Amino acid sequence: MSEDVRATIRDFITGNFPDLALKDDEDIFELGFVNSLFAMQLVMFIEKTFSLRVPNQELRLDSFRTIDSMAKLVERLSSDAQISTG
Amino acid sequence: MSSAQPIQSTPATKPQQGRIKCVVWDLDNTLWDGVLLEDGRVTVRPEVVEEIRRLDSLGILHSIASRNDHEAALQKLKEENLADYFLYPQINWNPKSGSVEHIAKAINIGLDAIAFVDDQPFERAEVEHQLPAVLTVDVAHLAEALRTPEFQPKFITDESKLRREMYRSAVVRDEAEQDYAGTSEEFLATLGMEFTISEAQVEDLQRAEELTVRTNQLNSTGRTYSYEELDTLRQDPNHLLLVADLTDRYGEYGKIGLALVERGSPAWQLRMMLMSCRVMARGVGTVLLNHVMALAKAESSELRAEFVETGRNRVMYVTYAFAGFEEVERDGDRVILRSDLGRIQPPPDYLTVTVR
Repeated sequence: MSEDVRATIRDFITGNFPDLALKDDEDIFELGFVNSLFAMQLVMFIEKTFSLRVPNQELRLDSFRTIDSMAKLVERLSSDAQISTG
Repeated sequence: MSSAQPIQSTPATKPQQGRIKCVVWDLDNTLWDGVLLEDGRVTVRPEVVEEIRRLDSLGILHSIASRNDHEAALQKLKEENLADYFLYPQINWNPKSGSVEHIAKAINIGLDAIAFVDDQPFERAEVEHQLPAVLTVDVAHLAEALRTPEFQPKFITDESKLRREMYRSAVVRDEAEQDYAGTSEEFLATLGMEFTISEAQVEDLQRAEELTVRTNQLNSTGRTYSYEELDTLRQDPNHLLLVADLTDRYGEYGKIGLALVERGSPAWQLRMMLMSCRVMARGVGTVLLNHVMALAKAESSELRAEFVETGRNRVMYVTYAFAGFEEVERDGDRVILRSDLGRIQPPPDYLTVTVR
């Protein structure tokens, strides 16, 4: 699942920034294109695509810094959801 | 714009001051005497035009819902120099409720912010039935209806007079965006946006008050501030009240941002920050925040921001979070966020920032 999650997130980001060659451990904030609009789009994309809700307390820069950290967040929140619904 | 209401709300029973933001007009036997396609020549009613001009100067917008020939009707409006008053005119053969709904969506206001004026009882009844939130007016009683509190804006500011122009430039800008083949980022670069940050002056305060009342989504606390409160804070040496303006090559967006900071040590407190939803898609929310962060950092303070979760302002939370703020206190929906100001993002390339 992990590689799928990474690929999905990577596709979303490069879809918005076609010229970007982005590594999974690269800090997207260092690249300077993250404005408040894109930030919200990214959060909404992740919530919708992976059917989860990121609680505000979890909305931390570090969780969204790289594709790797976003994938980790998705996996953690997905397993939380399964525990709470199961 | 910021107060879009649910599509189906019940009609207000009590008069709500300034509720109407747009008046939608019929043409035949309403704006003019006669039926354009039957009589050929029609005479515009000067008393109606007078009302349109008066409401326009108060910042109330206008549109059209007419069953008519589109070209012929627009031609007539142009001849009379009236075409520019109407945003998204709906001149077609469809039910008027559909036209009114389309206008509300295009302008991005609630149906309860719309009044519909028509001489025909059938048309008013059709709109009332389909869209009960819309206020309908018989043109025979126009003068009385337009003097009720619903048509008296709570705020009349410098921007009220400009409101129509701002919407008209927004129409052109939106069309350009739809036709643009590149990414949204590339489109932003074509706009030539200029973002100006300045300390609030006394002439800014009415608009500042209005922003605190009208802004819901990009608002850190949802708290409203009165003119008097803002005036006191503006002059207080421990506080800094900043306003932000935005313009681009299509025209002005007007004053669209506000931040209230209390200076202090070891931390500055960002009491309130908001951005009009007019600029939601422009990615400028971070710019004002970064400016405040840089000011605090220059005085070697850290920055704490008050945040109240209102259920509608999550975009603002994301703006703080992605600028590096983290929660340090939480009491229900009231949160204190903190940044050590380690990293402050420079403004994006597609924007020029001026600090006055």
